[in-house]
Amino acid sequence: MKFDSPAGTNPIDRKQAVGRALPRIDGPLKTTGLAPYAYEHHREVPNAAYGAIVGAGVAKGTIRSIDTSAARAAPGVLAIVTAQDAGKLGKGKMNTVKLLAGPSVDHYHQAVAVVVAETFEQARAAAALVRVDYARTKGRFDLDDALKTARPAPGDDGEARVGSFESAYAAAPVKLDAEYTTPDHTHAMMEPFASIAAWNGDALTVWTSNQMIDWGRGDLATTLGIPKDKVTVLSPYVGGGFGGKLFLRADAVLAALGAKAAKRPVKLAMSRPMMANNATHRPATRQRIRLGATRDGMLTAIGHESGSGDQPDGGPEAAVNQTKLLYAGANRLAAMRLAVLDLPEGNAMRAPGEAPGMMALEIAIDEMAEKLGMDPVAFRIKNDTQVDPAEPTKRFSQRQLVRCLTDGADRFGWAKRNTKPGQVRDGKWLIGMGVAAAFRNHVNMTSGARVQLSQDGRVTVETDMTDIGTGSYTIIAQTAAEMLGVPVDAVEVRLGNSSYPVSAGSGGQWGAANATAGVYAACVKLREQVAQRLGLGTDAVFAEGRVTGGGRTVALRDAAAQGPLSAEDKIEFGDFSKQYQFATFGAHFVEVAVDAYTGVTRLRRMLAVCAAGRIINPISARSQVIGAMTMGVGSALMEELAVDKRFGLFVNHDLASYEVPVHADIPHQEVVFLDEADDKANPMKAKGVGELGLCGVGAAVANAIYNATGVRVRDYPITLDKYLDRLPAIV
Amino acid sequence: MRAFTYERAKDPVEAARIVASRPGAKFIAGGTNLLDLMKIEVETPTHLVDVQDLKLDRIEKTRDGGLRIGALVTNTDLAADDRVRRDYGVLTRAIVAGASGQLRNKASTAGNLLQRTRCPYFYDTNMACNKRKPGSGCAAIGGYSRQLGVIGVSNDCIATFPGDMAVAMRVLDAVVETVDASGQRRSIAIADFHRLWGDRPDQDTVLRPGELITAVTLPRPIGGRHFYEKVRDRASYAYALVSVAAVIQRDGTGRVAFGGVAPRPWRVEAADALLPQGAAAVTARAFQGATPTKDNAFKLPLATRALASVLAQAADQNRA
Repeated sequence: MKFDSPAGTNPIDRKQAVGRALPRIDGPLKTTGLAPYAYEHHREVPNAAYGAIVGAGVAKGTIRSIDTSAARAAPGVLAIVTAQDAGKLGKGKMNTVKLLAGPSVDHYHQAVAVVVAETFEQARAAAALVRVDYARTKGRFDLDDALKTARPAPGDDGEARVGSFESAYAAAPVKLDAEYTTPDHTHAMMEPFASIAAWNGDALTVWTSNQMIDWGRGDLATTLGIPKDKVTVLSPYVGGGFGGKLFLRADAVLAALGAKAAKRPVKLAMSRPMMANNATHRPATRQRIRLGATRDGMLTAIGHESGSGDQPDGGPEAAVNQTKLLYAGANRLAAMRLAVLDLPEGNAMRAPGEAPGMMALEIAIDEMAEKLGMDPVAFRIKNDTQVDPAEPTKRFSQRQLVRCLTDGADRFGWAKRNTKPGQVRDGKWLIGMGVAAAFRNHVNMTSGARVQLSQDGRVTVETDMTDIGTGSYTIIAQTAAEMLGVPVDAVEVRLGNSSYPVSAGSGGQWGAANATAGVYAACVKLREQVAQRLGLGTDAVFAEGRVTGGGRTVALRDAAAQGPLSAEDKIEFGDFSKQYQFATFGAHFVEVAVDAYTGVTRLRRMLAVCAAGRIINPISARSQVIGAMTMGVGSALMEELAVDKRFGLFVNHDLASYEVPVHADIPHQEVVFLDEADDKANPMKAKGVGELGLCGVGAAVANAIYNATGVRVRDYPITLDKYLDRLPAIV
Repeated sequence: MRAFTYERAKDPVEAARIVASRPGAKFIAGGTNLLDLMKIEVETPTHLVDVQDLKLDRIEKTRDGGLRIGALVTNTDLAADDRVRRDYGVLTRAIVAGASGQLRNKASTAGNLLQRTRCPYFYDTNMACNKRKPGSGCAAIGGYSRQLGVIGVSNDCIATFPGDMAVAMRVLDAVVETVDASGQRRSIAIADFHRLWGDRPDQDTVLRPGELITAVTLPRPIGGRHFYEKVRDRASYAYALVSVAAVIQRDGTGRVAFGGVAPRPWRVEAADALLPQGAAAVTARAFQGATPTKDNAFKLPLATRALASVLAQAADQNRA
């Protein structure tokens, strides 16, 4: 189905199933342990051996030799694979760095070998016996150093201009020029990278934990040098990914290589301490923001430059992109530099670009509002735009940022905020409020599905879409139920299987809207078949298990009386969609308390008001937003991969030393969705929401800390050591 | 994790004898730290002697009005004990500020004293660490040291003792009781129990091979108001950047020990005497000779401010 005009009234608008606050249908499976995750397919693979990864002990260099004799002699060992005996390996399209080191080592904990043994304990113990002799070479591990000689990022990322930024900035009566930093982040999802690989002749089946089945399938085939159609990828349940599992990773490759060598299926899970350095991470940024405005608060110049680093042939952390679209302003500069680093591969993490970009931009806006003597909510409203400032004929399909801000301000009691920082005390606590806009683009993606109606009137949906904890099973069931007029529990949803139609997958907050739109398309086709089979005409109405048309009402199941009906289709987007800018909006409000003695910051209240098109399921959407707000608190207050610039590794590579928020850190969170339906986005009239909740939270916290203390910290995370000396004297 | 053998000892002297006589043998109680370290081969015992059957899990009154805490009393039970809550509040507060409910259910009193440092370089076997592998060097010096020690550290190791419970015990002048393979008993003041690293950072405590902790005794209660102020980035389940254990009397005198700053709970009795003069006077004395790194120099003013917070609370409570 080509989506080439605004969605008119369609069955989804009835909102009998779609839009309902339905608890996730896979919840009971998960709470009873019956939903098998990647490592748990015991029934399908009862005889798996265990793999353990040996990670590189240096960050940069060459492997001189690997002595596997002690490991091979260890109890239970079946096989050991290194680059030397893996055969020729390709590199996946989505991978920057090869997943098995040798002879070169590209980063710390890059896989060097996999050891396969009868038991997990034997594999792990033997892996520690593999002796690798490295010739260590000097690496580039210091981002600030590397940025001194960095080049502009390739293509449009390097520099984008509108009007004349420099002259407008120079002429502006009120100016801000400030630098902000964000650190490297690791995804820290609960389920580690894990795979089971089983060969049947030259065909490979991999149960894994992956957000994008088709990307993973293609890159696994490329890496192993086998045809894509010989690879089956199964990922029915994913225990969190946050972008870390968008791509093929070492677990799947090494399980496949280990299984081939051991002539046995192999299961393998990456150990937690290896994840931060072996896998990808969100790269650190160094950002400079210059704003120029008239005295009455109209932005006239907006400049946002960012530098980040990555492995050779990697990409930038696109921290400036939202700045092209969030506020009006005639003269604009958005530029990125990309340094070469020998740290682990930088890549996508939840809201890549916007997450760190908004952390900086929305502090800058707060600072500018203060310079102008304006309320930061009013300043944002004054500079709202309904069009892409670089392309004024291109309107946002729907944009209610202003209402998010005003509704949020009302609900939060923003008017009670003391505009002068450092004035509100509650015992030893300094109290402050902060606000930030939320912004995240919505992406249209091709997405396919197959829908089947069986003789008993039940509906089955198959798509390679994944559920990474987001609620895909549930919203897809709601979509099919709505389209075919059956109860949600008459729909069975099958996901995460490469033999199903290729979907949008889960990433970039594009999953929910596009995958359900793909199911919508397949359902439209199935409805046509049903109507034809029942002779009911094209405008038949599907409701309550019946189909009505031409004055007749027939049970839906009658259409399948002579055998199941099946339809497959995909949603596709073309020129129509290029006429609009699709994005999601929100406003974050935060109240913090800062201990006047110790500088400890504790949150008191959080509110997010979101405008993200139709909300398919308010429960799962709210879960996405509160999870994202929690992640935003982490990036504001504690999350940082500490770089050892001598040895080139993230030092705090476990969950004791890389701190993410715990329950005690998170206060009451309120989430409000504006009642929207974006008819230009897709037939569901829905947009992404999974990442919106993260974009801007960090800055709202930072701005609240400033309001509480009068201390402005521009370097994340905002830990007390960065402002202790600027807190009020205590004696 | 290396393969190991395992047995359960029946009485303390037997347990001590086995560990003393078998190279590579170690005691295991709750295992909340040891097992994690074994998985990553920071600890590689060849034999584990499980002490859980030794019936050292009672809290009893001592003849001089104090408490004797069995080595295997769990952190949860110790923190919840009515006598501890009433008379040694600083200890309850310190314990519940540490770890998580699940870990406190499993962690023992003796094991808590013996927990190893949380220096990230100690945890990574690719990195040089004199504590893990004597003579290999210290990757933490010149590296990421935000969490590490500011005083009592050495040129060979700048790690800290990471615990909370022991910091309170230091303020309470607890005594560690042990028995060895020959049945010999020993009482070690908590002040002397943890070593300063010097040139042997691999030795955390003064315990001899096979010497088994049987109990920790607390002297009779000293009254006063009890505080445990733990400063950390995350509200729970995080090690202290700095912690302050304090007992403050109505007249402003008292005792104070600091956690998260040194190889042992850090208390300087001469600094205690300065409490009536305020936090800055105390910490100036207690941290005399400190050698912080650029990353952790903030711990010194933080210690002062955390103590000032405690003293302000004490003053408030006195007024109330």
